[in-house]
Amino acid sequence: MSAVYPDTWRRPPQIIPNRRWRIAIQCGIVIYLILAIGTVEVNWARVYEGLERGQRFVMGFLQPDFSSRWKDISQGLVESLTMTLTSTVVGVAISVPIGIGAARNLVPRPIYMVCRSIIAVSRSLQEIIVAIFLVAMFGFGPFAGFLTLSFATIGFIAKLLADDIEEIDATQAEAIRATGASWLQLVDYAVKPQVMPRLIGLSLYRLDINFRESAVIGIVGAGGIGATLNTAIDRYEYDSAGAILLIIIAIVMVSEYGSSYLRKFLQ
Amino acid sequence: MTEISHYAQVWSHRTPRKRLLMWLGWLALVALFVWCWQIMTETTIWMFVTDAPRQAADIGGRMLPPRWGYLPELMNPLWDTINIATLGTIGGVIMAVPVAFLAARNTTPSVTILRPIALFIIVASRSINSLIWALLLVAVIGPGLLAGIIAIALRSIGFVGKLLYEAIEETDKRQIEAITATGASQAQILSYGIVPQIMPAFWGISVFRWDINIRESTILGLVGAGGIGLKLNASLATLAWNQVAVILLLILGTVIISEWVSARVRHAII
Amino acid sequence: MLRLIALSKTYATGDTALADVSMDVPKGQLVGLIGPSGAGKSTLIRCINRLVEPTSGQVMLGDTDLVRLGAADLRRQRRRIGMIFQEYALVERLTVMENVLSGRLGYVPFWRSWLRRYPPQDIRRAYELLDRVGLLQHADKRADALSGGQRQRVGIARALAQEPELLLVDEPTASLDPKTSRQIMRLLTEICAERDLPAIVNIHDVPLAQQFMQRIVGLRAGCVVFDDPPDQLSESALTTIYGAEDWHAMRQGDEEQAEAQADAKRRLAEMPV
Repeated sequence: MSAVYPDTWRRPPQIIPNRRWRIAIQCGIVIYLILAIGTVEVNWARVYEGLERGQRFVMGFLQPDFSSRWKDISQGLVESLTMTLTSTVVGVAISVPIGIGAARNLVPRPIYMVCRSIIAVSRSLQEIIVAIFLVAMFGFGPFAGFLTLSFATIGFIAKLLADDIEEIDATQAEAIRATGASWLQLVDYAVKPQVMPRLIGLSLYRLDINFRESAVIGIVGAGGIGATLNTAIDRYEYDSAGAILLIIIAIVMVSEYGSSYLRKFLQ
Repeated sequence: MTEISHYAQVWSHRTPRKRLLMWLGWLALVALFVWCWQIMTETTIWMFVTDAPRQAADIGGRMLPPRWGYLPELMNPLWDTINIATLGTIGGVIMAVPVAFLAARNTTPSVTILRPIALFIIVASRSINSLIWALLLVAVIGPGLLAGIIAIALRSIGFVGKLLYEAIEETDKRQIEAITATGASQAQILSYGIVPQIMPAFWGISVFRWDINIRESTILGLVGAGGIGLKLNASLATLAWNQVAVILLLILGTVIISEWVSARVRHAII
Repeated sequence: MLRLIALSKTYATGDTALADVSMDVPKGQLVGLIGPSGAGKSTLIRCINRLVEPTSGQVMLGDTDLVRLGAADLRRQRRRIGMIFQEYALVERLTVMENVLSGRLGYVPFWRSWLRRYPPQDIRRAYELLDRVGLLQHADKRADALSGGQRQRVGIARALAQEPELLLVDEPTASLDPKTSRQIMRLLTEICAERDLPAIVNIHDVPLAQQFMQRIVGLRAGCVVFDDPPDQLSESALTTIYGAEDWHAMRQGDEEQAEAQADAKRRLAEMPV
């Protein structure tokens, strides 16, 4: 062969081709990391002290104590589970009309704007923050938790439902419309069959999320297993706390497998 | 084929058995709902509930006008919050990568032992909210940013690990087969056959989780894990609702900006 | 060079993919493997480099029995066998150059491949091969930016980067148009002739196999039912391989295509210039 081939090769940069920009961004990242890590003040003496507690917590996790606080645990669990179910049912029931109202291809523009803003408000407010307000208004206990989770469910289900409806096959809707169907009949015949399986799937998924969230909002006083957990940790009863965490993990696992099985069964 | 002799008078698109089952299902759901509702509201004090609108009006009145003078005091905690989210995400992603490779069916070295362990780590991390992790960590290593960062990291393992291992399982087998056929070692198959395929998913997932972590880190301060939540907690404790209003608006703004950034970055990657 | 002795493969489902396949491939010979889909063509070539584990039998590459090797030795032997895939199987998100260099993975330590710091002679050779397949100016492009024919050329360059002693080629033209298919087959035969490389080419297109291969092996239900030069491939032999009905249908399809092509040519010729 006569041609001479180079014997070095460097991979061309894929994302940022400009060399200056690349260096600037790399420097920026390094500077940020230095600054950010600098803000973390660690009290090593306190951490060292805490290691013993950490060890006790790990032991509590490995040898959980279900029995001595069983009354509190079971009450918290019942509150969490009932809260989860009722809030999912109510949340989904409210989400359906709002979801339909937030679908651009079904409703006039003013209704669309109103429904979309309800969704936006519900999605941008954190469950915990909503719970704080609702506890302040409705008092401590599972009722405030129920309201919190229902409110959060609306943002989640209605948004996904509305996006789904906007993506439905337009030709099917056209075909139904062409038969002279009313708006309600249109929703019933063209929209419902296409989004129903997905709505059921989403509701089951949300049931799962609501249970997980119900374990958190108890920390700010909205009842449920989270309140029990908070108390256990405050009293340094790590074996009871370990038991509660294991119960939460087990229920989430069961509900995850259960809901995937149910979804398969229903489709 | 027999000839059709008559047409049915009533048409229905489900068999009677199926319809009966559906109705029973709905009935069971309603019954369950009513039963749960009764248990849940056993301890509810209805007087508070009926009183709620008045309370709401009262709180609303105290929140207005927001105390804007409080804003400069919030900048430092906000910076802390962003650092908790970012450093926590980095830590979580670093821990999630090996877990994801152990959990993916096509890369795990042992299906019987390591894969179930990895899957358990993912489920455990996913089912426990970062606020609960923070609660525990504050009790263990004391209040401060470090507890928040670790809490965010621990919660991120499950999220990133799950999505990443699904991405690994969805990689194109033929590309991996082709690299195997060249005589590459296991590590080389990983780095040439699998890593390039999951890179876009990896960055997308990480940025998405960072966005979620910004949200979650705003409230970690409620249990003492640093950031703007500390100020929220202090203002709530002193019933300074006009300060609470400022904090909530600031959180909202931060969340919207981080969502925008994450959407932009994900768009640029994909 | 390559000798298969009583090679068999039964899948865990109980399906027999290969039954007692024996054959010899001398240096420089191009063997076309034909047969209906599901006859075990793909399994056969994958059993040779053990992408699929054979159930029993021997695969002798030179003096080494590949079936008996442990993982590390197998990797070392795989370097000697280049493989070209159906639908290219390039790593889509890597550059053309990285794809060609990945043929060297069996030779370089992990850190070199990770940092993309290949030895200079490997890089020089990779450029040379890219030039040979006509893609020198595409070295820095990402593989998914190339057309089908170009990608298959990269696949060929990757296999050659291994400096193989044997090529395994799995349906090289399955997703290419007829013209590109012939170009790729011509390139393959030229390259094999230049290097005196033996190749086993798994191919579904009988006319293409007849045109380019020196020897045809017909597989049916995991057994060798034909093994002769292409000019011996008579109607009756093809009926044995494909079964009467399938072969008839296939030939009819080919005839229709040929007719249509001839017709198009005639019309073009008749067109006023």
